[in-house]
Formats: sequence, structure tokens, C-alpha cells
Amino acid sequence: MKEIGKRDSPPVPDRSSLRAHTPARVALRTAGSSLATAEILDLNLCLAEARDAVHSTLSTASLMPLLRERGWSPILLKSAARDRHEYLRRPDLGRKLSAESRSLLDRNSSAGSANDLVIVIADGLSAIAVERHTVPLLDALTPLWLGAAHAPVIIAEQARVAIGDEIGELLQARLTLLLIGERPGLSSPDSLGAYITWAPRIGRTDAERNCISNIRPEGLSYADAAARIAHYLKAATQRQLTGVALKDDSLFLPDEA
Amino acid sequence: MAYRHTIRGVTYLFDDLRTLLAKATPPRSGDELAGIAASTASERVAAQMALADLPLSAFLNEAVIPYENDEVTRLILDSHNAAAFAPIAAFTVGELRDWLLSEQATGELLSSLAFAFTPEMAAAVSKLMRLQDLVLVARKIRVITKFRTTVGLPGTLCSRLQPNHPTDDPTGIAASMLDGLLLGAGDAVIGINPVSDSVASVTTLLSMIDRVRERYRIPTQSCVLAHITTQLRALERGAPVDLIFQSIAGTEQANTSFGVNLKLLDEAYAAGLSLRRGESQEGSPNIMYFETGQGSALSANAHHGVDQQTCEARAYAVARRYKPMLVNTVVGFIGPEYLYDGKQILRAALEDHFCGKLLGLPMGCDVCYTTHAEANDDDTDAIMTMLGVAGVNYIMGVPGADDVMLNYQSTSFHDIAYLRSALKMRPAPEFEAWLERGLQNELSLAGLLSA
Repeated sequence: MKEIGKRDSPPVPDRSSLRAHTPARVALRTAGSSLATAEILDLNLCLAEARDAVHSTLSTASLMPLLRERGWSPILLKSAARDRHEYLRRPDLGRKLSAESRSLLDRNSSAGSANDLVIVIADGLSAIAVERHTVPLLDALTPLWLGAAHAPVIIAEQARVAIGDEIGELLQARLTLLLIGERPGLSSPDSLGAYITWAPRIGRTDAERNCISNIRPEGLSYADAAARIAHYLKAATQRQLTGVALKDDSLFLPDEA
Repeated sequence: MAYRHTIRGVTYLFDDLRTLLAKATPPRSGDELAGIAASTASERVAAQMALADLPLSAFLNEAVIPYENDEVTRLILDSHNAAAFAPIAAFTVGELRDWLLSEQATGELLSSLAFAFTPEMAAAVSKLMRLQDLVLVARKIRVITKFRTTVGLPGTLCSRLQPNHPTDDPTGIAASMLDGLLLGAGDAVIGINPVSDSVASVTTLLSMIDRVRERYRIPTQSCVLAHITTQLRALERGAPVDLIFQSIAGTEQANTSFGVNLKLLDEAYAAGLSLRRGESQEGSPNIMYFETGQGSALSANAHHGVDQQTCEARAYAVARRYKPMLVNTVVGFIGPEYLYDGKQILRAALEDHFCGKLLGLPMGCDVCYTTHAEANDDDTDAIMTMLGVAGVNYIMGVPGADDVMLNYQSTSFHDIAYLRSALKMRPAPEFEAWLERGLQNELSLAGLLSA
């Protein structure tokens, strides 16, 4: 039987110029019809970086001073997921605060006036993304949305997006801005996501938030991401909602068209 | 009705059929997350023993989701072929496994029994089967479909060329298409997951593939995997729609979360048939493309206490109503909370392929994982190789196996070449003839974009 790919047809032409047109892994070098050693090692390295990002621990020791320098007094909380292993298997636990964290936040908010905006920084699936991009993004945002400078800042470990709902509810927030490490792709181990939720409370669905994804220098820049976040915060405040209804409003975000 | 099994004086009780099925399921994180998995390894085997003794007729007498509450249950029971079922009606689930492995159960006979089996029967027997059983029985069953290429013929392995791009940029998509075509991928479909679910985007991308296909006379079919309502609107406005795609699940409520129901799928199927673009065989054109995956019902909180593998098999009842051209499970896409590691993904892939083939579907598989699952390319290699031996109709072709739009790891053009070489398999005959004419050597990026 004739083997496919090993007939006498001319060799596959050089396609290296294709790489200029897409971030996809086209025109890979081969050994026989399989991938060449250098390509395999490159793929292995990319996966290793993504895996390390997933299993990395948020370095609060370096993050907290940077936030304090900027005038925030971050509160450190943990989700109900005890470790990364449990976090990966039990998304429900990553969406709620541990009992200790809940009572800690309760005590902090008991003096309790309402807050316009609460900022939640969550490790999510890439602590590296949070460490690299959170502070530069907030630096870009505060001139555009002055309220951010006075917003309570919460750091949540082993956390998923919906943990912002419980935090926002306890702090009587009108809006939460949640910054979270996204699931690493092979070509993007440190991508940050931003979620904006009007009137956060436990049980909100993802359809009730707006998301800005792929925030990193190679993706959406800090300046562009901050501008989009500020637009959403403004529109949410005006229309008193977030989610699908806001996203579909074509009058909104004219500079994105 | 309750079921029980006693092992060495310990009696295990299972409240109803769905509980028995869930407890009998080989371990996976999704059922644990749902709180329906066996709590001990012994309880799991007790459930499997009770399931093995269960007559197949039990599945016709007790629905895992009530008939009144779920249109998928109604479809399953209303389309059951009682006459074809009669010769196997006396089997227990355990006896069915033994018979499936016997020489009497030929591929032709099994194909004629597709509508004698309900999804729950297929799921039940798969829970008693080892991986080699799932391979051996699926391998007997050929489900052959045709649009411009013929997919599923013995000795062939086809592929979906998946040239996704993070911004739907036509040049970037053409670059990936060119790469894939030059490496022999794309005989099942050229199928793009668009970032933008808009009529304009669907039309632009379909038109580009169509012009390329015409200019270079490539025997294949195209699809842009937007929501089915978006594809329908594009179709109504004259876009060159070949295959109509939709993600589906195994409960009415989960399908509702996808924004579909049987009525909408019926309308789309009728609209697609009216175009008469494909070459029909025996008067039943294959124009639909479905994707599925274990865990989708649970993630939509729409599983009704039914285990994720049984929910998945129920999705195949929806699919087979439309004589689809292509069906594939996207087996490791959903994440480790549903399938934790390579071992669980491997088993799920072979279960899905087996159940699909037994129920009469042209099963392919998107062999994949995400970076937060305990898996890597060694797992992909093992899964696609076992699926190749099992006779999978097609797998995916993604540049370097790294989908830069959906951010997950699938299979590459080179993986397809590997599998064809290792298992002595060939592309679809029409596509192979095109490759042998050498027309792919005329392809260029400029040519694709100006086609």
C-alpha cells in the first residue's frame, strides 16, 4: 500500500513567509512528516510556561506594597478552595469566600457606607498575569476614572470571577471591577481579564457582566484596556446595568467601531 | 424504581435508573462536582454489577429525565425502533456487551440496529466496557457520509482544517488554510470558529473559502461555526452555506442555554436541504455538522442529576435526527472540573466515539486539552492513536495543534500525517485524487486572497 505523504510528489514549498500573517503556528519545520526537534521543544516550553502560570501562587508580598504606594489599603482574602488542586476541581468553591475571609470583610464593612466602585484583584488561572499587569493597568485607569483611586481594593486568592459578587454585596458596591488571570493559552501565559458588574450580588450570571479579555502588552495594551474599562464604567453608571444589554448598545464605545 | 446489589453481605442501594448509571460510571471529575459519582470504588463496581443484570427493556420503562419535561427524552422514546429492538430485547446490559464483542454482531447488523438502541442503553453498556472493547466494537461500524467528499470509508482518516484567527483576519485565516491544504488536511471540512458572531463575518469567511474552493477545484466543504441563527440569516441573504453547524447537548434545558431547540434545528435542516449544494447519496443529503462534549449539560446547570456521559449520549439522539455529515465530541475542551486528566479524557473520547457509532453517527473527535488540565501532547498522541484504531471518521487539523483563537490544544496537520502513516490510512478519495493531481502546488497566499 502506498503511504500518504511519502509519494514522489514534489516537496511542500517553503511557507515561512506565512508566519508574518498570523500568530497561528503555520509553516513549522519538520522531520519526515513529523515536527522537527526544535519545534517540539518550543511547544514544550510554551506549555511549560502555561502550566507554571496555572500552578503559580500570587506573590502578595510584592503586590501589596505597590498598591499601598498608590494610596490603596488592600485587604487580602481567600476563597473557599483550600489549594490549587481543589480550586481546579471545584469551581463552586472558587466563587465564594472562605468563612474567615467573609467574617473579616464583614468586620471591615460594618461601619458600612455604600461604595461606588470596588476593585477586586483575583489570581484566577494565572497569578503571573495579575503580578505583571494589574498595577500598570490601574495606573492607566486612575486618570480616566478618578473614582478608582478611592475604591476599596480586595485581593482574592484561589478565586474565580463570581467571587466579586459576594465581595461587592458585602461592601454594598454599585459596581465591581474584577481583574483576574485568564486561562493560559500556549501562546499567552499571562493574559489578564477585566469584568465589570453593576449591582453585584451572589447569583449574578456572566450574561450580567461585561468582559475585556487578553490584556497584556502582546494583546490589548494597558492604555486601550483602561479606556475600554472607563467607557464601561461610565456607561454602566449612566444606564445602571451591565451585561448583554450594554454590550449590544452600538451607540456605546464609538471609538471601537 | 430502586436497584440493589449485594457484595459479601454489604447491600448497595440505588434509588433510580439515573442514580444507578451515575454510580456505575468510571471516575471523572464532572460527576464528582455534580455530587452524583460513586462514593467508593466498591460502590462503583456494585453499581456496574447491578447494571450488568439490568434488562435492556428497563430503559424503555424508566426515563432518566421525565418524558413530559424534556423534548430530548420524547425524541429518544418516540424514535425508538421497536421492531429492530425485538431480537435484542431479552438481553441484559452485560449480555449486550458480550454479544457486541461476538462475531455474530457484524458491522452491517449493528448499523441496522442503530435506532433499536437508545442513548441510555449505549451509555450503560459503555460503562461496562474497557477501552479495548470500545475500540473493537466501534471499529466494526462504518458510518459513511457524503457532501463533496466521502467521509468514513474503511481505510480512510479525514480531517477538519480549522484555520482560526484571533480577529477573523482573512489573510491570517488564508495563511492557515494554505498551510493545512499543503499538508493534506481539510477533507472533512474547512471549518472556522469566528470571533464575531455576525452575519457579515460569516458571509465574508464563507465567501472566501468558497472562492478558493472553486478556483483550485478543491473537493471539500466549508462551515463557519457561528450560532445557527446567524448562519440561517447569512443563508437567507445568499451566503454560500455548505454545512450548517450547531453545538448541541443532551437535555432540553442545556439546548435552551445554547439558544436552540428541535424546532429551530428542523428549520435549519430544511433551509440547508433546499440549497441542494452537496452531492446526495441515496437521496439523503448530509448537510449538518454538530459538536458535543461531556460536561456541557452540567456546566449549564441542566443535567437533572444524570451523569455527564449519559447526557452526552443523549445529545447523539438529537444529532442523528438530521443525518449529519459530521459529528464530533470536543472531548477535553471544557476543563479539568469535568475531565480532570489525560486518563479521563482518553476514556471519554473512546466512550463518545463508541456511543456515537452505535447510535448511527459519523463520529469524529476533537482530541484536545486545556492548559489547566493534567494533560499534554503525549495524551493527545495516545487518544488519537486509539481513536484511529477504533476507526474515527476525522480529527482536527490546527496549525501546531495550538488554537490561537479558542486558546486550547487540539491536533495538528502533522498529527494527521502521523496517524495516516502509522495506521496506513488515506484521505477521502476525492481529496486524495486532488492531492495526487498536484493542484495544491499552485496554491499561494496571494492566490487564495484574490480567488
